[in-house]
Amino acid sequence: MTSVNLLIAVCLAYVAILFFVAFIAERAGTQGRGDWLLRSPLVYTLSLSIYCTAWTFYGAVGNAARSGLEYVTIYLGPSLVILGWWWILRRLVRIGRSHKVTSIADLISSRFGKSNTLAIVVTIMAVITVTPYIALQLQSVTLSLSFFAAAEQGVDVSTIDAKDAAFWIAVGLAVFTVLFGTRNLNVNERHHGVVIAVAVEAVVKLLALLAVGVFVVWGLAGGISETLARIDASDLGSWQTDSSRWATLTFLSAAAFLCLPRMFQVMIVENDDERHLQIASWAFPLYLMLMSLFVVPIAVIGLDMLPEGSNPDLFVLSLPLSEGREGLAMLSFLGGFSSATSMVIVATLALSTMVSNHLVMPIFLYRHRGGASQSGDVRETVILSRRLSIMGIISLGYIYYKLSGGSGALTAIGLISFAGVAQFLPAMIGGILWRGATRYGALSGLLIGFSLWVFTMLLPSFGPDAVLSAETFEFGLLGLGLLRPQALFGIEGLDPMVHAVFWSLLFNLSAFVAVSLFTFPNPMERLQGAQFVNVFEHSGQARGWNASVAESEDLMIMAQRILGAQEARQLFAAQARAQGLTGSLPEPTPDFLQRLERELAGSVGAATAHAMISQIVGGTSVSVHDLMAVADESAQMLEYSSRLEAKSRELSQTAAQLREANTKLVQLSAQKDEFLSQISHELRTPMTSIRSFSEILRDAKGIGPIEKAKYANIIHVEAIRLTRLLNDLLDLSVLENGQVTLNRQTGSLSDLLDRALATAQASSSRRIKINRRRIDETITLDTDLDRLSQVFINLITNAQKYCAAQHPELTIEVNDRDGAITIDFVDNGSGIPKQARELLFEKFSRIGAQDSNGAGLGLAICREIMSRLGGDISYLAKANGTGFRVVLPHAQAVAAQ
Amino acid sequence: MSKHVLLVEDELNIIEAIRFLLTREGFQVDTHSNGADASETIRALQPDLVVLDVMLPGKSGFDILEELRADDATADLPVLMLTARGQSRDREMAEKAGVSRFMTKPFSNAEVLTAVRDLLYVHQQKG
Repeated sequence: MTSVNLLIAVCLAYVAILFFVAFIAERAGTQGRGDWLLRSPLVYTLSLSIYCTAWTFYGAVGNAARSGLEYVTIYLGPSLVILGWWWILRRLVRIGRSHKVTSIADLISSRFGKSNTLAIVVTIMAVITVTPYIALQLQSVTLSLSFFAAAEQGVDVSTIDAKDAAFWIAVGLAVFTVLFGTRNLNVNERHHGVVIAVAVEAVVKLLALLAVGVFVVWGLAGGISETLARIDASDLGSWQTDSSRWATLTFLSAAAFLCLPRMFQVMIVENDDERHLQIASWAFPLYLMLMSLFVVPIAVIGLDMLPEGSNPDLFVLSLPLSEGREGLAMLSFLGGFSSATSMVIVATLALSTMVSNHLVMPIFLYRHRGGASQSGDVRETVILSRRLSIMGIISLGYIYYKLSGGSGALTAIGLISFAGVAQFLPAMIGGILWRGATRYGALSGLLIGFSLWVFTMLLPSFGPDAVLSAETFEFGLLGLGLLRPQALFGIEGLDPMVHAVFWSLLFNLSAFVAVSLFTFPNPMERLQGAQFVNVFEHSGQARGWNASVAESEDLMIMAQRILGAQEARQLFAAQARAQGLTGSLPEPTPDFLQRLERELAGSVGAATAHAMISQIVGGTSVSVHDLMAVADESAQMLEYSSRLEAKSRELSQTAAQLREANTKLVQLSAQKDEFLSQISHELRTPMTSIRSFSEILRDAKGIGPIEKAKYANIIHVEAIRLTRLLNDLLDLSVLENGQVTLNRQTGSLSDLLDRALATAQASSSRRIKINRRRIDETITLDTDLDRLSQVFINLITNAQKYCAAQHPELTIEVNDRDGAITIDFVDNGSGIPKQARELLFEKFSRIGAQDSNGAGLGLAICREIMSRLGGDISYLAKANGTGFRVVLPHAQAVAAQ
Repeated sequence: MSKHVLLVEDELNIIEAIRFLLTREGFQVDTHSNGADASETIRALQPDLVVLDVMLPGKSGFDILEELRADDATADLPVLMLTARGQSRDREMAEKAGVSRFMTKPFSNAEVLTAVRDLLYVHQQKG
């Protein structure tokens, strides 16, 4: 007979081995060795097996014995989740890694704008839901231990008090967790020791269950066919299971797989590599399948062979024991022990992180207001708070166990926990898939769902008159029939578990969605929401620090307190180097603050890290750029379409411009044609006369000397006309191309007019009377006098040529007005018809055809000259006569003497 | 009987030259310098051939030509057109308007004479 003392010794030895393994792994991890194992997908998959707790180890058989195949649902849900890893798990892992998420509370709080309220709510809920579960583990270990003690028949029964055993087990678990769970502060450095110990335990429990199974099938039943025959013979397979219960259980276990703090810990926080999911997606279901392989045979054979009234939860122990296979029973015991301890360790680890990050640290920081930058190591506080949390949580489990008196089937207790953590599902999944989710939505959903769970599931689980009175069960809360804990709204006949899950999650989800739709997220929520939902598009951390006020020294002191002096100095120095600074303190750029926040978040959670940095930096700013980045899809669509609109507006503008340009080009082209045509005409006309008369002179005989002289003279005159035309054209071309260089000179206006008149009168036989007021002309000019004179000559010549008056007169009037000098040339002719005035200064425009000598370039040249000189020339409409006004800017008149 | 040629042209020196050429060849030459009433003058004078400039004050040579072609009395009157705007577009316009011969200034005297003679000859053959 195995003595209980031996059993305890074996347990201790087993724990010692685990310690050793964990210690080695921890050291290897710190030294960077053994990565092939520590960071292998195998270890990752095995660590996921903490899903299979003592509840599954013992309870699955018990469940099968009581309810037939229902136990399969507990394996089905997680298998579905992990097979579909691509949709949800991959996202969670990516978010967890890029945001250094430390727990499910951290994830939810971080998603909804780093809200500490949410973190606290989730933490408290998690502690409440997981406590029964921990109690369950203590219960199963104690139960199995006391079973051995009872089987020993004799001396030791009285010496081993089952409750005492539970106490010592609790203490042992707390010590182990404290030792290996709180060695490092930064959760993202990962608990290699714990994880490897969990993996070892996973192997042990699987081997134990398989060994018992093999023994039962081949040792007891006598082979596979006999076993199958006995299964057929039993009424186990024929038990009808409620399909709603099936669906609910499958869903619940899937939800719990995602939401249980310990699962979140191993699956997301401890995940080293996203690719591990890929392997786990088939390896973990395989593990579950192996775990469940012998459940039915053990249950059937147990029911067959063991005496009526044996606890089916202990078949895995009692079957080998009843056959005297003590070694096997011991292995089986170790399997159950492994299941229980690994669950308790990881669960308390996860919970303690949450409690310390979201409950203790905020309070600590609040009490030490402005203290984040004071000297002193906060790390000690954090670690201490974690250690105390671990002990507290395990104590809670122990107290729950003591209070509930170890009653109730294992499965029932487990399901209560499952339904509790499932309340996180809407906020978590909604948060990572739906941008519209807001913190108020999450908060309302969580609170309503949780309250309903407490009312319909947790409290009733203590039985009538324990917490809720029997009257409440019968007639509803406060006597309201609608509020009966197991028949809400008067709907009866549902399985209590299905009932509780249905109503709590329905209300949870509805409140989450409805409140989210009616509230607006603040900028930080929007930012985080966008990053979570679009984690694959941009995996960066939310920006938002306005760094100018941050003091690097303060940040350094704070970082040292949390990360440790060495680590903080390294981080800061590396940053300073990256910024190209020589000192050890980097500039507090937004990038650096972001990085620092992320590092701190790995130690104390996103909300606390955020709060700590804002203590120093003083509030966050969300820039317009950030907001642009999170503008939701519709806004992006809107922006896109408005961009398109702008583009099309731009295009139509361009098209209009092009049309305009085209019209202009067409006009220009027509003008050019016209110009060429004009030039051609002006050149060919004199050439025609020249050619014709030169041929006449050459060929014709018998022309008298008078004719000869006449024809020669025509040739001469036309040649001069051609020359003048070419000169004008060249002049105009030079002026128009702006190639002209002004030859500035100083001279008096009076003299200039004298010379111009002399030149003009010399070239024409027609006399014109000139009226001048010389007193007005005493102005000294500083300009290109030759060019100006050219304009004057042109105007005077035109008057001489075209003034149709009987006694032609030209009045030249000089005025100094409004910062400019005007020189008017007005004759007493008939003036120029209104419609012709517009074209007056255009090339080749001629008024009438009186003069065959002019090519119509004179006024065009005048206009070009005046514009080069910075002045102007315009037609001066007068009652009688033709007038032109030449305007010179004052700057060109040195002084009016 | 000498053929009667009407010269519609506004450049004095060119009038002088052509008149000299044609008179010496025995043509009876009349001149007219304004575009506006050229058609009436032509109808009134009934010349055997018209030498028509394009750029005339008052009305362009093309318009005058069109008027001549539209009138039965002058529809097949030989018209030698002279222009100083030697662009192919002008030639096309003239041909469309029904010109008999089109010449670009500056011309050679011999060409003008040949053209006048040819046109009168062809016209005579047809008539």
